[in-house]
Amino acid sequence: MRLTCPHCGDRDLREFTYKGDALALSRPDPAADSKIWDDYLHNRDNPAGVTRELWYHAPCGGWMVAERDTTNHVTTRTLTLAEARS
Amino acid sequence: MRVAGKGLIDRNTPVRFTFDGQPVDAFAGDTVASALLANDTRLMGRSFKYHRPRGVVTAGSDEPNALISVGGGTEAQPNTRATCQEVYPGLIARSQNRWPSLKYDAMAVNDLVSPFLAAGFYYKTFMWPRTFWEGLYEPIIRRAAGLGALSGAPDPDRSEKAYAHCDLLVIGAGPAGLIAALAAAEAGADVILATEETRVGGRLLSETESVGGVAGSDWADQMAAKLSAFPNLRIMTRTTVTGVYDTGTFGALERVAQHVTPGGDAPPTCFWRIVAKQAVLAAGALERSMAFPMNDRPGVMSAAAARTYLNRYGVSAGQKVAVFANNDDAHRTAADLAAAGVKVAALIDTREDATSEGDWPFYPGAEVIETQGRRGLEGVTIRKPGGKILRIGAEVLAVSGGWNPAVHLTCHMNGRPVWREDIAAFVPAEGAVPGLIPCGAANGVFTTAGCLTDGVRAAREALEALGRTAKPVDIPEADETAYALTPKWAVEAPGRAWLDLQNDVTTKDIGLAAKENFRSVEHMKRYTTQGMATDQGKGSNVTALALLADATGRTIPETGTTTFRPPYVPVAISSMGAGHSHKGFAPERFTTSHAASVKAGAPMIEAGLWYRPSYFPEPGETTWREACDREVGMVRTAVGVSDVSTLGKIDIQGPDAAAFLDFVYTGTFSTLKEGRVRYGLMLREDGHVMDDGTTARLGLEHYLMTTTTAAAGPVMAHLEFVAQGLRPDLNVRLTSVTEQWAQFTVAGPKARDVLNTLLDEDVTDEVMPFMSCRTVTVSGVPGRLYRISFSGERGYELAVPARFGTSLWRLLVAQAESFGGGPYGMEALNVLRIEKGFITHAEIHGRVTAFDIGMQGMMSSKKDFIGKAAAARPGLIDPERERLVGLKPKDPTQELTAGGFLFNAGADPVRVNAQGYTTSVCWSPTLDSALGLGFVKRGPERWGEEMRFVDHLRGKDFAVEVTDTVAFDETGGRMRG
Amino acid sequence: MRYSGLKVLWEGLRGQSGWAPVWRDPEPKDEYDVVIIGGGGHGLSTAYYLARNHGITNVAVLEKGYLGGGNVGRNTTIVRANYFLPGNSEFYSHSLKLWEGLEADLNYNVMHSQRGLINLFHSDGQRDAFARRGNAMINQGDDAVLLDREGVRSYLPYLDFDNPRFPVYGGLYHPRGGTARHDAVAWGYARGADSRGVDLIQQCEVTGIDVEAGRVTGVQTTRGAIRAKKVAMIVAGRSSQVAAMAGMRLPIESHVLQAFVTEGLKPCIDHVISFGMGHFYISQSDKGGLVFGGDIDFYASYAQRGNLPMKEHVMEAGMALMPMIGQARVLRSWGGIMDMSPDGSPIIDRTHIDGLFLNCGWCYGGFKAVPGSGYATAHLVATGQPHETVVGFRLDRFATGVGLMDEEGTGSQHNLH
Repeated sequence: MRLTCPHCGDRDLREFTYKGDALALSRPDPAADSKIWDDYLHNRDNPAGVTRELWYHAPCGGWMVAERDTTNHVTTRTLTLAEARS
Repeated sequence: MRVAGKGLIDRNTPVRFTFDGQPVDAFAGDTVASALLANDTRLMGRSFKYHRPRGVVTAGSDEPNALISVGGGTEAQPNTRATCQEVYPGLIARSQNRWPSLKYDAMAVNDLVSPFLAAGFYYKTFMWPRTFWEGLYEPIIRRAAGLGALSGAPDPDRSEKAYAHCDLLVIGAGPAGLIAALAAAEAGADVILATEETRVGGRLLSETESVGGVAGSDWADQMAAKLSAFPNLRIMTRTTVTGVYDTGTFGALERVAQHVTPGGDAPPTCFWRIVAKQAVLAAGALERSMAFPMNDRPGVMSAAAARTYLNRYGVSAGQKVAVFANNDDAHRTAADLAAAGVKVAALIDTREDATSEGDWPFYPGAEVIETQGRRGLEGVTIRKPGGKILRIGAEVLAVSGGWNPAVHLTCHMNGRPVWREDIAAFVPAEGAVPGLIPCGAANGVFTTAGCLTDGVRAAREALEALGRTAKPVDIPEADETAYALTPKWAVEAPGRAWLDLQNDVTTKDIGLAAKENFRSVEHMKRYTTQGMATDQGKGSNVTALALLADATGRTIPETGTTTFRPPYVPVAISSMGAGHSHKGFAPERFTTSHAASVKAGAPMIEAGLWYRPSYFPEPGETTWREACDREVGMVRTAVGVSDVSTLGKIDIQGPDAAAFLDFVYTGTFSTLKEGRVRYGLMLREDGHVMDDGTTARLGLEHYLMTTTTAAAGPVMAHLEFVAQGLRPDLNVRLTSVTEQWAQFTVAGPKARDVLNTLLDEDVTDEVMPFMSCRTVTVSGVPGRLYRISFSGERGYELAVPARFGTSLWRLLVAQAESFGGGPYGMEALNVLRIEKGFITHAEIHGRVTAFDIGMQGMMSSKKDFIGKAAAARPGLIDPERERLVGLKPKDPTQELTAGGFLFNAGADPVRVNAQGYTTSVCWSPTLDSALGLGFVKRGPERWGEEMRFVDHLRGKDFAVEVTDTVAFDETGGRMRG
Repeated sequence: MRYSGLKVLWEGLRGQSGWAPVWRDPEPKDEYDVVIIGGGGHGLSTAYYLARNHGITNVAVLEKGYLGGGNVGRNTTIVRANYFLPGNSEFYSHSLKLWEGLEADLNYNVMHSQRGLINLFHSDGQRDAFARRGNAMINQGDDAVLLDREGVRSYLPYLDFDNPRFPVYGGLYHPRGGTARHDAVAWGYARGADSRGVDLIQQCEVTGIDVEAGRVTGVQTTRGAIRAKKVAMIVAGRSSQVAAMAGMRLPIESHVLQAFVTEGLKPCIDHVISFGMGHFYISQSDKGGLVFGGDIDFYASYAQRGNLPMKEHVMEAGMALMPMIGQARVLRSWGGIMDMSPDGSPIIDRTHIDGLFLNCGWCYGGFKAVPGSGYATAHLVATGQPHETVVGFRLDRFATGVGLMDEEGTGSQHNLH
């Protein structure tokens, strides 16, 4: 499998580290309800289909969001975190 | 027997090898199988379950029977297909799974009791008495099972791995693959043409047909020459594409030197990861058999293989050959053999309307209902239309049940092939693998002319996807004879008819599976073991599926298929794992003091990927403990130096560096003054401790963070995530500088004295109080000095650019020795920190909270930080949690062990009574007692309590006292100095 | 029909003509007392124990594919009870005891082979962690032996002791650990459940879960609606999708774990060996194939197939640990979809909907858990109360932080367990 680092381009899977659902970017307010924190930390949509997820490209230090289908591993696009937020 | 005038072998180059110790004469270009057939050896193996005599049935990697062990010594290769193994002088080939010999195999007794050993019989018996499974039944089954044997010696790990990139990967070099590669190369694409075979040509090497007016094999040679002239095309022979993975990644196994006499420098194999923007699958098709009684005798083989042996190797497996088929294609076998002077005893075609014009006995509408011959075929019995029985003498029965396109690679990404009724075969599903275009026989196109046209079509599609313009391609004239068959899967007649030849699966087993309601094709496969042998059912699965469909009253598409999974052909572990035995398994990281430590006799131990010295033995010391105790005493009374460069170092700069640290640490770093150092505790977002370390403020907007050795990488990734993902509002830059700085601890009462012999400007306690830092110069070299302590003594860490590390270490050791000290290793470092109650990852093992280690006070209530919210969950602040304590045996000479459990005094040492466990232990020469750290429920409330310590594994059971974590210099006066 | 050696002989004499179907193919009824979604190992064992232990036989197991087609049919067949955290410890201990009586109980040879499992360690720190594990196993009443390097050598002389990147310091030996024939476990439970009256319904996909006034009333399927008093979701690999039908969002992320088998070889590995430094474990099947595996592929997936980097890493670990297997050829590799939970431990619990139960989150622990999980889930479904072995497997432990069972110590990131 290959992924496209927004900084470096097309690279082999072994250069990347996966973190999980991109909802990790939406950190709740520290005072938020424990239910909200539970959802943030643990509960997942876990779709059998397109998901937005976080990857780290260690050689350049860049984090990115990939839109990838979990049923066939097809990545439709990758974004820097700045792009993902906008 | 050899057939004069036939074959592509080099008759001028004789090659001698041995099979089961007997010399065999062959020619260059032979395989072991062709050479054995040339020498009239048809018996090449024994089946798995009944040890029935088996001969070669194919001429390729789909061979289920002719498996041999090749070579001797540590690289002996069991289960090698004799059909693929090229001969070389001195090759040692041995038959397998037989005792005492291939001819007389004692285990063939299994065949006599085969009526009792039907599919799945072992699930229904061997259950009583219970203990007999491991003791009796299983050992017998295990010994009988298996095929070849490993040598038992370590593999020398001489294979290699490599990467390749291309625009277009063409898989298979038959007519379709060759012309596709040519079209793509002419359009300027970077092309890799991979073929499992030793030369290009594919099926053309096995046939007598002509292409473009010349013999097919000559046309292939011309194409090879033409293609070789393209700088943008690479032909990889002996290279099997084994797997298809995501995003155009292919695995391929190249047999680099398995066809030459061992001893050269070339690696046996090279495992390629090929990244291709597009791929063309031109892998051809595999001939399938039909099931009929006793169709497993040596001499019964594929009709296409018979042609291969004749036309490519100049061999016939016998003097008299009968052909049995349900299609026209196999008639070629009769024609080729007859033309070569081999007697064709019969052509038996199951189709009543079939015709044949050759000069041989022809039996349309007939079926083979029995065969004769114990270790080799002697004759066949056929049943003609109307039921008349006829016996025909034959040493070879060439069988064709039709062709199965080689769809395997198209299934590796979960594609399911689709059934095509007109050719009674599965073909690749449309778009089964993105960017992989099947063509030719792999796509169900069974004429040479059709393959050439389809190859060009595939190349055009690939080029279009690549954004390249295809040039016109001249398609040579070729055979257009249509492929006609009437499906016939099994002959109805009494006797055992075999499907999976290696696993001894018969048509009756399929019937039994259906009867017992293992109707799903996956159930049938798993219950009968059909298709689970080393050929993965390449020749038999479709037939078995058809029979299952019949037995369950379903169509073949309704019945479905099992899944083809990688690898297409088996790949040795030493190929895919090449280069990783011994030290090759993981990178080795060495500090700048490594060589000096080794020279000093220090045993080096693994610390993650790093190596660190365990201790520095002195003359006369016989155990590690003596050295360790001395080194501890040296630090406590004089001075010791140690290399701490392996700790992670992260340079943090920017206007918001302070705010950033406040967010990633539990404590506050924005209030830290320049030139000062602070201990920091870092949590994961789930509220548990991630790592700890000190961070120095080198400037207003400049910090240097240290991490533990193990967490350097993960912490760096974590900080980058926080910076890029959670706090993009903060202007901060992070750089890992672990390897840029060599850093050494100088610890002990005389530490400052040692330092001042080396620093260009002396440090005093006024300019350098505890937990401070400053830039210094050492013999003119700029460095950084931190006053921190992990030993409890006056301690400094001196860092210089890594290129000066070796020199500085030498100087530090010399100066320390002149002050009565010296270097100390990991063992002493560990004792020093346990005496002081300092923690490592033995304590912060991923399940502890700041509360557990007594650092809840370091969790600032005034700000948000990573892990704060989750650390407030009720379960994480439960006072009943196991919390960090010190431990001391009541009898100080009792040796504590880490990983033992703590119980209330007098309680039984069972799970429900467990109160805690030990994490770190040492012998403290300072306090003349064993010491430990551990976790105990409500720990800090229980100081002074006596508990029962039990380590079942190491036979420990004695009383310990729960204490403060700090056993030595509780007030810290020594390190503050 | 009772299986025995005599029966096998008798059928051999009469041409295997007397065998009966191992299970029926019933049409789904309109209503059941209990509907189990998922005909994998855990679903089938739950059905079996509902019938055997609780006399509840008006049960349907709904399977969208074929019985035993999920992870019970695609694993490395290891059976062990070597967990160390309370909660896991007692559960796996109980499950292993059930394994030890399984052939007699099911009258089906699942080939449970207690050939012994050895976890290798490669540093003093790892030794201490394994010592804690071994002591916890003995505290629980199970077996464990701490081997030093020479002790390991006496069992596994073929490991690389001479020039390894990570030297073997010793191993934790679990004599009762071993393997079993994975398909046979599913088939044995299926046959046992069927013979007690449970309807095993294949090719029946659940498409909806019916809830009225906070109580489950049945399921919608591709073969029509089925009413049920109780419904259990036991669908590791698809847990999030099925639970979503009941409006639940689970603490689960799905990941692919690959496994490998080589061509058949004469006996060369007699134990189950686990190499922590390389995330590699291996045993040899009774057929002679070396069965081995490694870590998950690390990215979310439902594809039941993996990629090259992890395949290569696993082979590399094999070469590093025991280069004597170098010439063994890998015949087949496959992938199973793991329910990865935030602490690496499973969930067996009620849900917020009355009568709806959840069994998920087995990470890689599912195969050896099949007997214990079915036993405890049947108890929960039948009585409404958790069995004593699974009181810790609560769904709300992540929200509360109470009783987390993070054996790996890697925290709430799903793919790191």
